[in-house]
Amino acid sequence: MDWQGQKLAEQIMQIMLLVFAVTAFVAGYVLGSFQMMVLVYAGSVTLTGLITIPNWPFFNRHPLNWLDPSEAEKHPKPQVTVISKKKGSKK
Amino acid sequence: MHSFGYRLNGLLTFAVTILALMCAITSLSDNFNTPSPSAEIKIMNINWFQKQPQGHDEVSLTMNVSADLQSLFTWNTKQVFIFVAAEYETRKNSLNQVSLWDAIIPAKEHAKFWIHTSNKYRFVDQTGKMFADKIVLTGYSLPEEYR
Repeated sequence: MDWQGQKLAEQIMQIMLLVFAVTAFVAGYVLGSFQMMVLVYAGSVTLTGLITIPNWPFFNRHPLNWLDPSEAEKHPKPQVTVISKKKGSKK
Repeated sequence: MHSFGYRLNGLLTFAVTILALMCAITSLSDNFNTPSPSAEIKIMNINWFQKQPQGHDEVSLTMNVSADLQSLFTWNTKQVFIFVAAEYETRKNSLNQVSLWDAIIPAKEHAKFWIHTSNKYRFVDQTGKMFADKIVLTGYSLPEEYR
């Protein structure tokens, strides 16, 4: 998933859970059954999980542009020279 | 939200938090329900009256209990526990409460009932003299000869 996709996944997850929670509560209250509320909610959590957790393609619409390996070889990484001070060394 | 496990964890945590909030709101919604139960207990007969070896008074009653408790059941009610208690005053204690009979009502359909029963639990008074000259039972209709 790319960055935009992650943000989208999180938003979808939060909104879906809240909407389905309200739906489940209203359904349970109208039907007069606590069990119905919990069942509807459990189903909706599973559905939300199926939509937001796996790495679907629509989450990857703004892919990151990694540098091509052949291009990277032309510009070698700068070497970091380490100057170590040895104690008691005479120069 | 960068990995499968991270998203799964976030989803489950959020879902359980919202579930807790939903349960709290259902408990609060019980306040909208104003129960109007009705019950009537009739003492049909006092079966026997004896003094136990330790000196305690004991009495056995037969009662008719009829009640309509359907309004007590909301969508958040699992079961209703009811009991019949005898309250009386003696010279030693100003208030005694003894449980005579109880029952569990699991569903609304069973909440309207009528039962003819003797007391389930022994009605014993620990201080010796339970009844002086008369038996006063508030709210119950007592047969004439015991009044």
